[in-house]
Amino acid sequence: MIIGLDVGGTHTDVVLLGDHGIECQAKIPTTHEDLLICVWKGLEAVTLGVRPHDVERIVLSTTLTTNAIAEEKLPPVGMIVSSGPGLDPEFFRTNDHYYTVSGSIDHRGREIQPLDPMEIEAVASRLRKEGVRHVGVVGKFSVRNPKHETQIQEILGDHFEYVVLGHRLSGNLNFPRRIATAYLNAAVYPLHKKFFDAVRRSLKKNGLPIPIHILKADGGTMSFDASLDLPGQTILSGPAASVMGSLPFASESVDTIVLDIGGTTTDMAVLVGTVPLLAAQGAEVGRFRTLIRALNTTSLALGGDSAVRVIDGRLHVGPDREGPAMAFGGSCPTPTDAIIVLGGDLKGDRDAAEQGMAQVARALGVSTREAAQQVFDAACRGILNAAEEMVRAINAKPVYTVHELLEGYQVQPKELLILGGPAPYFARRLQEISPYATRIVPQWEVANAVGAALARTTCELTLFVDTERGIATAPEEAFHQPVKRDFTLDKAVSLALELLTHKAVREGAKPDDMETEVLEKLQFNMVRGFYTTGKYYRVKVQVKPGLIADYRSVVERIQDTDTTAPCSTAGSS
Amino acid sequence: MLRAASRTGLVFFPAFDWAISPTHPEREERLLYTQDQIFEEGLLDIDGIVEFKPDLATLEDVRRVHFCAPDERSVLTESHLISAGGAMTIARAVMARKVERGFALVRPPGHHAMRVVHGARGFCNINIEAMMIEHLRAAYGVDRIAIVDTDCHHGDGTQDIYWHDPDTLFISIHQDGRTLYPGSGFHHELGGPTAMGATINIPLPPRTSEEGFLRAMEKIVLPALEEFRPELIINSAGQDNHYTDPITNMNFSAQGYATLTSMLQPHIAVLEGGYSIEGALPYVNVGIILALAGVDYSKVREPDYDPDRIRQSPDTNAYIDRLAEEIMGYLRRCPEFIAKNRATKEFAQRERTIYYDTDNILENQKERLRVCPVCSGVLSIDSLTDRGYHIYAVHIPRKACPDCVALGYEWFDAVNLRSYDRVFLQDRTTDRYEVRKA
Ligand SMILES: [Zn+2]
Ligand SMILES: [Zn+2]
Repeated sequence: MIIGLDVGGTHTDVVLLGDHGIECQAKIPTTHEDLLICVWKGLEAVTLGVRPHDVERIVLSTTLTTNAIAEEKLPPVGMIVSSGPGLDPEFFRTNDHYYTVSGSIDHRGREIQPLDPMEIEAVASRLRKEGVRHVGVVGKFSVRNPKHETQIQEILGDHFEYVVLGHRLSGNLNFPRRIATAYLNAAVYPLHKKFFDAVRRSLKKNGLPIPIHILKADGGTMSFDASLDLPGQTILSGPAASVMGSLPFASESVDTIVLDIGGTTTDMAVLVGTVPLLAAQGAEVGRFRTLIRALNTTSLALGGDSAVRVIDGRLHVGPDREGPAMAFGGSCPTPTDAIIVLGGDLKGDRDAAEQGMAQVARALGVSTREAAQQVFDAACRGILNAAEEMVRAINAKPVYTVHELLEGYQVQPKELLILGGPAPYFARRLQEISPYATRIVPQWEVANAVGAALARTTCELTLFVDTERGIATAPEEAFHQPVKRDFTLDKAVSLALELLTHKAVREGAKPDDMETEVLEKLQFNMVRGFYTTGKYYRVKVQVKPGLIADYRSVVERIQDTDTTAPCSTAGSS
Repeated sequence: MLRAASRTGLVFFPAFDWAISPTHPEREERLLYTQDQIFEEGLLDIDGIVEFKPDLATLEDVRRVHFCAPDERSVLTESHLISAGGAMTIARAVMARKVERGFALVRPPGHHAMRVVHGARGFCNINIEAMMIEHLRAAYGVDRIAIVDTDCHHGDGTQDIYWHDPDTLFISIHQDGRTLYPGSGFHHELGGPTAMGATINIPLPPRTSEEGFLRAMEKIVLPALEEFRPELIINSAGQDNHYTDPITNMNFSAQGYATLTSMLQPHIAVLEGGYSIEGALPYVNVGIILALAGVDYSKVREPDYDPDRIRQSPDTNAYIDRLAEEIMGYLRRCPEFIAKNRATKEFAQRERTIYYDTDNILENQKERLRVCPVCSGVLSIDSLTDRGYHIYAVHIPRKACPDCVALGYEWFDAVNLRSYDRVFLQDRTTDRYEVRKA
């Protein structure tokens, strides 16, 4: 059995999955002051009477790191940045203890200016004096040659609790994002470690020595131990959880838009078949643009509780929320009120909802029912337009070869997969006003927890081979190997896949359950003075985001049962 | 977050799967290190720098500019249509005010492609700037446009296409034609009989550095633009003036290119040549993008940059000052030259030999222009290659008067089809393009 637990903004959802599908589920209010309380309550709720060794693993998705970043409640971090010529590295300052040092590497990975060890030692002793315990070290083009970053690490020695090196974060070239990503990893490290150590201790103390896995922003999981290397990967796992929970219900043969319609926002993602699309560069969180691998999700400020107003005779839905729907005690009319007036069975106070729509009706000069219809349609169209804009943006993504430009895959969604409280109502109307077939994710209330539980380990790896310089490097894996002149692209691809498999297994994947894919494979003749002096290969491979192989039986059960009785009522709403 | 002072569009199309040949300078690898530098510097994350996917130009876009012999498909590839399409994408974004300015960082280049195309010259098949400009005129009604070609080689193709067009100011700054391909672009080349002064050539001596280039900008280019008052300024942003370029002899730098760009403030820049793919292009392109966007570029420089090592000859400035005086003197007298041409000639002919170095074709061209008193005049071209291919083409300019239009059709209808392999008509007043053969 597997436990999936997703700590959300208001609720913490937890499921226990087994041979009978969802064996047990619970919903607990999130305790923001101490997440351990709701996590523990959730685990207790589903493990009551379960034999510990029957639970294979627990997969956790939390808002812990995301919230800390959003609220900028982060501990001091030391940043040591070596830039060389180009944009002024001061532009990318992340925090107070941000030091730029000399040293420069060029685009081929050649050292242009060496580091100054005295300078680094001075920075290190200053950081120590300032009580900084966590450090990010980033060099421009360090993914091409990590020499300076590792030299700095050596000088820093073991005086710091955590030192993260830029080249280990991603094989992508983007110095400013590398700086931000290193900063965030160093900043969330103590928080992440403290929290999960506590979870692990509690489990052990209570006789549940179950391995902990953690959901990442890219919809994959990794073991707790692996997460300590780069804890920044755990940010934004919430939206990923819902997308992964929808995957079992997507059609393999068509592209799908996933819509998670909440109170304040609608989160959107795109599936190509049953594979979710990843963000081109990496996650964006708060003011930070990062290299953290993440699903391509867009959040639209429009949901069931969005404020409805009539300004100059025109109807506006959102972007803000003034509180709950009037049917649930709020003071501002909302799409939820419109759904209730139109006959939707969302519980709540029907009279209050009528009052809200009557306000809108007066302002628009139409009947209450007509007003409700207009409000609801405006919300549906808003969501539809944003979803189509997202698809347009995905298809407009620049490509760099003639082949891709002429033959590149264009996403053409045919289906909408909808989650969220008012999902059935939105699904029906969206089907009427759009060309898409719409479906509802069964058991959508716990789809996020199901998604966390069923997600497979996923990761990515970039390999560069420069036969003129005679080296192969996979920066994320700190892999460097000399290569001969006759090294081929095929060899490069199989080396990349081998390193990828190794990485995935280390992070918790089962060797017999991973689907690898070559994302990019380019080769260039390096010519100097009309003679070929070498070859340059660039290979990017990934383990596709997806669900573990034996999820099917579980999913069939979920589809069969329309209602699942929670096995515990602990705090459930 | 870093923010651009001017919203700047970028089409980046390195065509990683296209080359003239595996070891040719115009090969897959050419923009690889430039891409690395642009990505690593994070330029595409700067608020206000927007990347667009290039559109594909159509054959109709080609036919507004060129006579391709025997036809378009025989002289170009998809890659050329993407390159031209990329320039057009940027132009549309500027016209739609999605961005204030933009840069088409595309390959293959185009500024050696002339009006008649039998094959590739100087690595160019079709003229991507001219296709973009004529698209702008057809789709948006733009009239007066200036092109400033800062490639090290004379932009002889663009010059040829706009030689008779008084509404397109073409300025080329380049290494002196006596020392470099294509061997043209002398300062007395000022444009055709009815368009004199709309072509300006600024040949600079080998080893000219930042100082000299910027001096030429200040003393010739900027005053000429001021005088011409274009609606749009286009920069053919070749980068082979760089001190590390393997096929030229100039001493320009990334800082110099960036400064030139911020002086020129082009609406649209289009990449042309530049074959120092590791030592120059990555830094020059970053400099140009930052200068367009109005972001501080003062720390952009090449790893081996040393201003003392690339200093120009002491007499270069004096040479440029003299050149400026002569050119500005010519320009003042051009209206008078045009009036004289109109008063004394009914037709003007010129005969030229054009060499296609890339494809090794020799073309002999006889051009006949009506020196019209009203418009820039209808033009016919008789072109024969050393491979024996013979065409006749009539070009009726965009603002042709009724007499010139009528004469153009008369020429086209009267031609003896048996003397030619193909006969073409390009009527820019109605955007009609016709081909006849026996
Ligand atoms: Zn050139
Ligand atoms: Zn005329």
